[in-house]
Amino acid sequence: MIAIVDYGVGNLFSLVSSLKALGLEAEVTGDASRLRAADRIILPGVGAFGDARRKLDDTGLVPVIREEAEKKPLLGICLGMQLLFDRSFEYGEHPGLGLVPGQVVDLRRDLTDQTLKVPHMGWNSLRIIQDDPLFRHVRDGEYVYYVHSFYARDCAESTLAASRYGNVAVTGVVRRGNVYGTQFHPEKSGDTGLRLLRAFAEL
Amino acid sequence: MLAKRIIPCLDVKDGRVVKGTNFEGLRDMADPVEMARFYNESGADELVFYDITASVEGRNLFTDILRRVASEIFIPLTVGGGIRTLEDFDRVLKCGADKVSVNSGAIADPSIIAAAAKKYGDQCVVLSMDVKRVDGQFRLFAKGGREDTGIDAMEWAVRGVADGAGEIVLNSIDTDGVQQGFDLEMLDALAQRVHVPIIASGGAGKREDFAELFTHPGIDAGLAASIFHTRQVDIKELKRYLRSQGVEMRI
Repeated sequence: MIAIVDYGVGNLFSLVSSLKALGLEAEVTGDASRLRAADRIILPGVGAFGDARRKLDDTGLVPVIREEAEKKPLLGICLGMQLLFDRSFEYGEHPGLGLVPGQVVDLRRDLTDQTLKVPHMGWNSLRIIQDDPLFRHVRDGEYVYYVHSFYARDCAESTLAASRYGNVAVTGVVRRGNVYGTQFHPEKSGDTGLRLLRAFAEL
Repeated sequence: MLAKRIIPCLDVKDGRVVKGTNFEGLRDMADPVEMARFYNESGADELVFYDITASVEGRNLFTDILRRVASEIFIPLTVGGGIRTLEDFDRVLKCGADKVSVNSGAIADPSIIAAAAKKYGDQCVVLSMDVKRVDGQFRLFAKGGREDTGIDAMEWAVRGVADGAGEIVLNSIDTDGVQQGFDLEMLDALAQRVHVPIIASGGAGKREDFAELFTHPGIDAGLAASIFHTRQVDIKELKRYLRSQGVEMRI
C-alpha cells in the first residue's frame, strides 16, 4: 500500500486516480500507524512553503515521516519535494525536513533572462543526470509537467535529473537514500508521469 | 525550455461536446470522455472544458463527466463556464480540475480573482477574456461575447494579473470561427502588458496558423475547438509539423 500523507494541502484527486489507474493500492491518510504500515509514502503538496510546513507540523507526523524514510521509499512531489530540503526562502526563511541537503530559492533570483515567465509552468524536457531505478521506464528527454516559482538548488549530489529554463537547470528529480523528490507533477505528466510512478512502486 | 502547448477546448452542454462558430448555432459533436481520451492519445498538452449548461441537472452531469475524465487522463485540466464564487472553484477542483477559468464571473465580481488566487494559488486561476475591436479599442465582452462591457480589455488583463490571475486565455471575437489565423495583433498587445502565460484562442484554421502564432515569443499556447473536433487539424500531425518548423513541442 502507498500512503499519501494527508495534511490538508492540495488536491489529491489526480494523484490517487493515477495510482489507481496503475492498479496500485493507495490511501490518503493522516494516521501515523498507516504510514508505518505502508510500504511506500508519498508526500504531496501545493501552495506556499511556510504554510505547508506549519500544517505538516500540526499533524504531528514529521517524526514518523523521518523514521519511515529510513526504512521505505518516500516520494515528495512539487512542494512535497521542496519540503525535503534544509530550508526555503519563500516569503521569509523556513526550515525544511532536512532529508535532502540543499535549499529552495526564488527562480526569479537566478534567471538572467527576465523575459522568462515565472511560475515555470508547462511541459519541460527532463534530462537524466544520474541513472536510477526510478527511470527504469522513462527515456532521457521526455517531457514532464511543472508548475512552480521556487526551485531547489545547492543539491548537485542528490540531483538525478533537471530541466533547462533559460540559464537555470531546474532541479527535477532528487534522491538521497530512500528519499526521492520530483519538482514536476508525475500525476499530471501524462504517460511519462505514470511510468515514473510505476517505477516508484517497483523500487 | 518549456514546450509550446496545444490545447483542445471542449464546450460541454447537457453532457455532450458542442461547438459553434461565432458563438452561435451550436452543433452536437461527441461524448466528452471519449474525446478526452482521443485527445490524450493524440498528444494534447492540456484540456479545457467549458460548461455551457445553465441548469442544475446539466451542471451535475458536467461535474460527473469531469470526474470521469480526471480519473483516467493525467494531463492538466482547465475548467470554466459559470464560475462565479469560491464554491464554484471548490466544486470543480474537487472533481479533478487543475485550473479554473473565470470570465463573466470576474466581470460581475472582480474580487473573485484575488480571493481564488489567495485560496488556491495564482497557478490555479485562469482569466479568460472575450475581446473585440470597438472604436479602435480592444473591448472586453461579457456573456459569451454578446455584451460589450465598455471596459478596455488590456487594462482588464493587467488588473487581473495584479490580482493573481496566473494565466490568460485571450479569445478574439473578431477572428473566432473565421479560421483565417489567430489575432496576432491583439495577442501581441496583450503580451506587451502582462507577464503570465498567454493562451491564444480564436481563428485557427490550419497548421500554419499555429506555426505563425509561435513565432510570437510572448505566446505560450494555442487553443482551438472545432478544427480539432472535426479533425480538420490532427494534433499529432500538427505537433510533428511544428517541431519540424523549430517550435519546441512535447511529442
